[in-house]
Amino acid sequence: MTTPVVMYEQEYEQLKNVITRLCADANAKFVFLVDKSGQQIAAHGEMLNLDTTSLASLTAGNVAATDGLAHLIGERGFPVLSHEGERDHMYISKVASHIILVVIFDERSSLGLVRLRVKRATGEMTSIFESIDSKVARERDVGVGFDSPFAEITEDDIEALFN
Amino acid sequence: MTFINYASREINCKIVYYGPGLGGKTTNLQYIYDSTAAQSKGKLISLATETDRTLFFDFLPLDLGTVRGFKTRFHLYTVPGQVFYDASRKLILKGVDGVVFVADSQRERMDANVESLYNLELNLKQHGYELDKLPYVVQFNKRDLPNIVSYEDLKSELVRNGEPIFESVANRGIGVFETLKAVAKQVLMELRKNSGG
Ligand SMILES: Nc1nc2c(ncn2[C@@H]2O[C@H](COP(=O)(O)OP(=O)(O)OP(=O)(O)O)[C@@H](O)[C@H]2O)c(=O)[nH]1
Ligand SMILES: [Mg+2]
Repeated sequence: MTTPVVMYEQEYEQLKNVITRLCADANAKFVFLVDKSGQQIAAHGEMLNLDTTSLASLTAGNVAATDGLAHLIGERGFPVLSHEGERDHMYISKVASHIILVVIFDERSSLGLVRLRVKRATGEMTSIFESIDSKVARERDVGVGFDSPFAEITEDDIEALFN
Repeated sequence: MTFINYASREINCKIVYYGPGLGGKTTNLQYIYDSTAAQSKGKLISLATETDRTLFFDFLPLDLGTVRGFKTRFHLYTVPGQVFYDASRKLILKGVDGVVFVADSQRERMDANVESLYNLELNLKQHGYELDKLPYVVQFNKRDLPNIVSYEDLKSELVRNGEPIFESVANRGIGVFETLKAVAKQVLMELRKNSGG
């Protein structure tokens, strides 16, 4: 098994701040962070009934599929995917090596504005994810694992999950 | 890839159902979806063709409950079993924590089982995983049909290393939760191992 993706409280708060600001600055309806395997990381916006779990897995599938297409034609990937609807539009871009940013916006904003604001926010988010990575590496080096709540899980705990 | 979120106190793990076309992978997820309480499940997403063959994946998020204060959630995926969808299968294996191989017990599907298992190993390798080191269970599905291969023969063809085997009739739910539970258990025990427990 590969090392788990980890999110700490401090960095989570920082990310929340960045996407909250991005949502406002870009005049967007919804901003969303997801990891490449489809795990939701953080969300902010006005689309209250949006099914974010489904959004996360479909976004990851979409990015994986278009990256596959890119490789077929000899590209390393498509850094940005943009979907235009009748009312709402989606702007999907990569933040860190394994993180995807989704911005949903309508006529109150524009592709140009979204692109501009995403660019700035991406820099900030990249450094937050780098700080998570180095925290994980540090903890691994000093051998505390990653302070997993599962270090002491018992067979009984697992049994209980299914009852 | 397991995702541990200390901020929201959640752990998410990814399980992939693999196996030959029409073997019953989607049926497993459908049964789990149908018999799980509304508050413990999300939407079942099926990206399928008009004839209900899986085109890209099925996806079902499942809340199992709380372990040590952490909400434990499993994301179940199926791959498309048809041979020519290999590129999609490869993508879905990305970040996998555990695999269920759903074999079709029917005699005429034996070659397809073997080919799919071989394909699984190959695709895992390309992501840098090894089947032997991954939480893994095998399901012998369609045990209700008349023209099936015996348990022993299936075992000697498809089972390698003492991994758990479950006989099932997925459309009637027989063996479905037993299979899920076994793989989920292995995934959680693996997490314990990796965190020095
Ligand atoms: N008799 C019988 N039929 C089954 C069983 N499990 C699944 N089926 C049927 O087999 C057919 C194919 O099942 P699916 O779950 O769609 O197969 P799949 O593995 O998802 O197939 P692909 O999406 O093409 O990879 C459906 O008509 C199911 O109802 C079983 O245990 N017994
Ligand atoms: Mg299917």
